[in-house]
Amino acid sequence: MSNAVSTLNGASFDGYVRVEEQGLVGMITLRGDLASKPLAKAVKAATGAAMPGQGEIASGDKGRVGWMSPDELLLIVDHADANDMVAALTKALAGEHALAVNVSDARTVFRIIGAATREVVAKVSPADVNALSPGQLRRTRIAQIPAAFHLIDEETAELVCFRSVGKYAFDLLKDAALPGGEVYA
Amino acid sequence: MSTRLASGGRLIDRSKVKNFTFNGKKMQGYEGDTLAAALLGTGQTLVGRSFKYHRPRGILASGAEEPNALVNMGTGGRFEPNQRVTTTELFDGLTATSQNHWPSLEFDVGVVNNYVSRFLPAGFYYKTFMFPRAGWKHVFEPIVRQSAGLGQVPTEGDVDRYEHFYHHTDVLIVGGGVAGLAAALAAGQSGKSVLLMEQTAHWGGRAPVDGGTIDGKDCGTWVNETVAALEAMDNVTLRIRTMGSGVYDHGYALGYERVADHTPGDGRPRHRLWRIRAQQIITATGSIERTLSFAGNDIPGVMLASAVRDYVVNWGVSVGDRTVVVTNNDDAYRTALALKNAGLDVPVILDARPEATGPLAEAARAAGIRVEAGKAIAKVHGGKKVTGVSICAQVGEGAALEEIKCDAVAMSGGWSPVVHLWSHCGGKLIWDEAHAHFRPDPDRAPTSHDGKGFVITAGAASGAMSLADVLVDGDAAGKSAVAAVGGEASKAAAPKSDAEETQPMAAVWIMPQGAGPKKRMKMWLDFQNDVKVSDVQLAAREGYESVEHTKRYTTLGMATDQGKLSNINGLAVLSDALNQEIPTTGTTTFRPPYTPISLGAITGEARGEIFQPIRRTPMHEWHEEQGAYMEPVGHWRRPYTYPRKGESHAEAVNREVLNTRERLGLLDASTLGKLIVKGADAGKFLDMMYTNMMSNLAVGKCRYGLMCSENGFLSDDGVVARIDEDTWLCHTTSGGADRIHGHMEEWLQCEWWDWNVYVANVTEQLAQVAVVGPNARKLLEKLGGMDVSKETLPFMQWKDGTLGGFEARVYRISFSGELSYEIAVPASQGRAFWDKLHEAGEEFGAMAYGTEALHIMRAEKGFIMIGDETDGTVIPQDLGLNWAISKKKEDFIGKRAHTRAHMADPERWKLVGLETLDGSVLPDGAYAQGDGENANGQKTVIGRVTSTYHSPTLKKGIAMGLVLHGPDRMGEVISFPTVDGTNTVIKARICDPVFYDKDGEKQNV
Repeated sequence: MSNAVSTLNGASFDGYVRVEEQGLVGMITLRGDLASKPLAKAVKAATGAAMPGQGEIASGDKGRVGWMSPDELLLIVDHADANDMVAALTKALAGEHALAVNVSDARTVFRIIGAATREVVAKVSPADVNALSPGQLRRTRIAQIPAAFHLIDEETAELVCFRSVGKYAFDLLKDAALPGGEVYA
Repeated sequence: MSTRLASGGRLIDRSKVKNFTFNGKKMQGYEGDTLAAALLGTGQTLVGRSFKYHRPRGILASGAEEPNALVNMGTGGRFEPNQRVTTTELFDGLTATSQNHWPSLEFDVGVVNNYVSRFLPAGFYYKTFMFPRAGWKHVFEPIVRQSAGLGQVPTEGDVDRYEHFYHHTDVLIVGGGVAGLAAALAAGQSGKSVLLMEQTAHWGGRAPVDGGTIDGKDCGTWVNETVAALEAMDNVTLRIRTMGSGVYDHGYALGYERVADHTPGDGRPRHRLWRIRAQQIITATGSIERTLSFAGNDIPGVMLASAVRDYVVNWGVSVGDRTVVVTNNDDAYRTALALKNAGLDVPVILDARPEATGPLAEAARAAGIRVEAGKAIAKVHGGKKVTGVSICAQVGEGAALEEIKCDAVAMSGGWSPVVHLWSHCGGKLIWDEAHAHFRPDPDRAPTSHDGKGFVITAGAASGAMSLADVLVDGDAAGKSAVAAVGGEASKAAAPKSDAEETQPMAAVWIMPQGAGPKKRMKMWLDFQNDVKVSDVQLAAREGYESVEHTKRYTTLGMATDQGKLSNINGLAVLSDALNQEIPTTGTTTFRPPYTPISLGAITGEARGEIFQPIRRTPMHEWHEEQGAYMEPVGHWRRPYTYPRKGESHAEAVNREVLNTRERLGLLDASTLGKLIVKGADAGKFLDMMYTNMMSNLAVGKCRYGLMCSENGFLSDDGVVARIDEDTWLCHTTSGGADRIHGHMEEWLQCEWWDWNVYVANVTEQLAQVAVVGPNARKLLEKLGGMDVSKETLPFMQWKDGTLGGFEARVYRISFSGELSYEIAVPASQGRAFWDKLHEAGEEFGAMAYGTEALHIMRAEKGFIMIGDETDGTVIPQDLGLNWAISKKKEDFIGKRAHTRAHMADPERWKLVGLETLDGSVLPDGAYAQGDGENANGQKTVIGRVTSTYHSPTLKKGIAMGLVLHGPDRMGEVISFPTVDGTNTVIKARICDPVFYDKDGEKQNV
C-alpha cells in the first residue's frame, strides 16, 4: 500500500557505528504449541525456516523465525506478505489452539552496523552481548523499553522495539553511538 | 611551608606546565599532578574550613580517604561542589574554590563557633530540638543553617554527558595495586575473562612509593612489565580511572569510570557507569593509614605519614622543611627516610612504643635521625599552620618535656584494610589484635545464589602487611577465583619479594594515653564532621552503647568520606569509654558507593530528549505541527486541545466540543488499548475477566464491559467486540493496555494455565480515529468503499471493509453521545488516513478535537472515566453500573469481594450529577460538607467531586461526584466549601449524571 510508512521512514545516523531504521518490515506473532507438527509445517510453509530452538532465530527463503517464549514465535517477513501469511497460518492451524496476528506496524526495526556494534548495544542493554552469536535472539530491554535483538553477522545487529517508542529507541541508539563515547578507544 | 622540590616526582612531567586557579589566584602545576599535589607545590596548605567549627583545614591525605580538602570545581555548567583535591587530576584551566567559609578562607566569621564549641557538643542538634521548645525554630536552626554545610549548589544544568555500560565477566578485580595485578596475572593466565579496575590514573598502588623488589626487580619495573603482560591477554580488560563503587547481590558490581574529568569538554562522556555481572569478585582495595588522636591533630600541616611520603616521591612536593614524624608502627619510618633522602629535615621521630628496634628504626638512626621511643605529641602549636609540637611521654598525662619547632607533622596510627566492598554484600570481619584492625574473615564471605562466597580479598585488603605477603595473597586470590568459576588455575609461582623483619605495632587510640579533657577536646576523630574524642566519650556517658547510635548522635563517620579515617579510631575510643573489647563494639555498616559518585553517572543517558520514553501515535507529528497542547497519558503524549492563534485553551476546548456536537470532530484514539483474545476457552475467560457476560456476545457486535480487581475495585473499562467464533477484541483505557495485558497473562499463566486462550496486544498495530458528530456518516460515505448506513452498521456493531482505499475496521461506538464511528487502520497508514479524513471532511466542518473535549463530552453524557470516577477504592456499584454486572454468571474476578460487608454497605458514596445553583464550575476534588463533626472533631464530609467541567453545550458548570445516599437525594442542595481562602461555599443540586441526550437519540441515528 503506497500510503504505508514506517515509524521513522528509514532514518539513519552515522556515529562510531551506523544506526538505520529498516523501513517497513513484516512481522507476525504466532502463538501455539511449538512442538506441534502442523505448526512447524505451517511455519515452514510461510517462511521456509525450520523451527528455532530456545533463544534462537532461524532463516528461510521467505523469512525468519525467532523463538520468543515457550509458546510464541516471531515471524519476520516481507511487509506486503504479512496479511496473507496470517490468513494462511490461521487456516492451516484451524484445528489447533493457535493465534497468528499481524504485528508489522506495531514495531520499529533498526540495524546497528560497525565494528563496535556489540559495544554500543552493551551501553543500553543488560544482555551479555559478547556471549551472543549470529543465530541467537535475545528478548531484553534497551534502557527503559523492551526490545529484542540478534546479530546478522559479527558487525551487524538487528533490533526490534515497539512502534510508539521508535523515536526514543533511535535517539537512544544515536546517543550511544556518539563519537567520543568509544569504550575501547 | 609546603613547596615543590627541585627534582623528583615519579608521576609528573615537569616539561608540561598546567595552569589553574584556586580562589581566583593563578597557580601552576605539572602534568601528572593531582590538584592536591599542585596546591601543596605552590605552598597552599590552607584549603578549607571545617563543617561545624570552621577551623582551618589543610590536606590530610593523598587519596580517596581525604576528609578535609573538598573544593567547588569548575564554573557554570561544569560547576560541582565537594570535589576531593587528592583524587582530582590537574588539567589546564582548572578552577577551584574553597568551601564553607565566609567571607574568605583566611578570615572566616564562622570560626566563632570554634570558641563556643562547648555549646556545640555531641548530639547538639538533637538537644536543640528538645529544649527550650521554641529554641530550634527561632534560634538554633537559623544558626545551624548559616554555619553548616560544604559546597555550593550548582545553579546551571550539567553540560556534560554520561553513559552506562553493561559488562559480563568471569572475574572482576577491584584495585590495580600489586595485589590486584598479581591476582589478574594469575586469573588471566587461566583464560577466564578478567576485568581489572583501578581508581587512580596509575597502576601499582603504593608499592612503587614504599619500595622493595618483586622477582628481583624494583616495584615500578615489575608493575610496568605486568601491565604489559596483561594488556597482551585478549581475555583481560584493564581500566584505569575506574573505581569499584559497590558490590551487590549475585556478583553485581558497579564501576565508576571518570572518563573525562581531566579533559573536560573533549566530547567524551564525563563519567561512565560500568554495570558489571561477575562470577567472582576480588577486592584488592589496599589499606588506609589511620590518624593518631593528639591535641591539635587537625591543624594544617599535620598529615598522614604515607601521604607525606607520596607527595615527595610521586609529585616531588615537600609538605614542610621540618617534619616531625609520630607513629606507633614501623611504616612511618619510611616517610622519615624518604624526606631525608629528598634533603629535608626530620627533627625527630616520636615512636609511641616503649622501644624502637626494627630494621627501619635502625636505618633512621643510621641516617642521623633522632628517634624518641615511648614519646608522644602533647600538643601541636599553630593556628592556620603548624609551627611546632610539644612532646611528652605516651604513658603520661601530657606534661610537655620539650618543644620542637617544625612546619609539618607526619602521623601514622597503623593501617586498616579497605573492607568496604567486601562488606557491602554481607562479608564479615574479624578483629586482628596484632595489627589493631578489622580484616575480612575469609570463612564468612558474601554469598551468592548457591550459598557459596563470591568475593575474595587480595593483598593489604586481606590484612597482608608486607610486600611479600601481599603478592602471595594476590596470586592466591586470582587462582581461587579461577577455581571458583570452573577454570584451571595456572601453575606459575606467585611473584616473590624478600621477607622483611618488622617490630610489632602498638595500638594507640589516644595520645598521650592519660590525656585530660582539655586535650581530648582538641583531638579530632572525624575531621570532616568535626567529631572529637571528647564527643564520643560524651555520647558513651549519655548512654549511647551501640556504635550505630553513637555514629548518628555524634555524626562520626557520616560525612562524605564516610569515616574512612575516623571509623576505627572512633570505635576504639567508644569501646574504651564503654570499657569493652573493640570486637564487642563492632563496626558501623559499610554501604556503597565507596566514594561519592556523580548523579550524572547514575542517570546515565536518561536526560533531555531521552529522559523517559515518550510514546507517540502515528499522528503525533501532525498534532505537534498544529501546535497542540499535549498532556501525558501514561507514557503517551496526547493532544489536550489544539489552540488557534489568540485562543485560550478553554476557548479552544469550547470550540472543539461545539464543532463536534454540531458538525464533525476527529479524534486520534490510537492510544486506546487493543487486546486480541482467542481460543476455545476465550469466552469463558472473558466472562471471568469482565463483570458482565462476554461469551454470549454475537459475532459482529460490541459490548461495553467493566473489569474489577480481585478485591472488587473497578480497574478498567472498554468496548469488547466479537471478531469470530473464538476471537474477541478487547479495548482498554489508553493508560491500561499493558497493565490489563499483564493482568490477563497472569491469570492465564498462574491460575488457568490449562485453558486454551491466547492474548496478543495489538495496540500499536492499529491507528484508530473517532469520527464523531452529525456529519460523521456523510464523511465516510464520501470516502466510500463500504456501507455505513444505520441498517447495515447499527449502533454497537462493527464491520471490516475499505474506506477511501484504506483497509479498515469500523466500530459504531460512541463516547460522546453523537453519531460516531471508531475506525482502525494499520498504523503504517494511520497518518495518511488521518490526512485523508481532514481533507475529505473539510466540507462537513471536520475539526480535530483533543482529550479535554473528549472528557467534557463524555461527562455531558454521564459516562464515567477510569481515573476520575475511580481511584482504586471505587466499585462498579458505587457508580450505578449494576446493569453491567452479570447476575447470571457463577463467578468473575471481584464478584466475591462485592459481597463483603463494607462493599455492600448502603452508606457507600454513590455517583450522582451535580449542578451548581449559580452555574459556576465546582472545583475538582471538592468535598461536600454535612452536619456535625466526626470523632476527630473535623467537619463531617458527605461526598466529593470526581469530574467537573464547564459544558459548552449546556453553557454551565456540570459535575459528577460520589455522595452519601446520593441517588436517593435527587434535587437536594449540598454545600462545597472552597479552599481558595475566600471562605465561600458553593451550593450544588444533586441531579442525574446524564446531562445531555438521556435517551441516546443522537448516537443512534
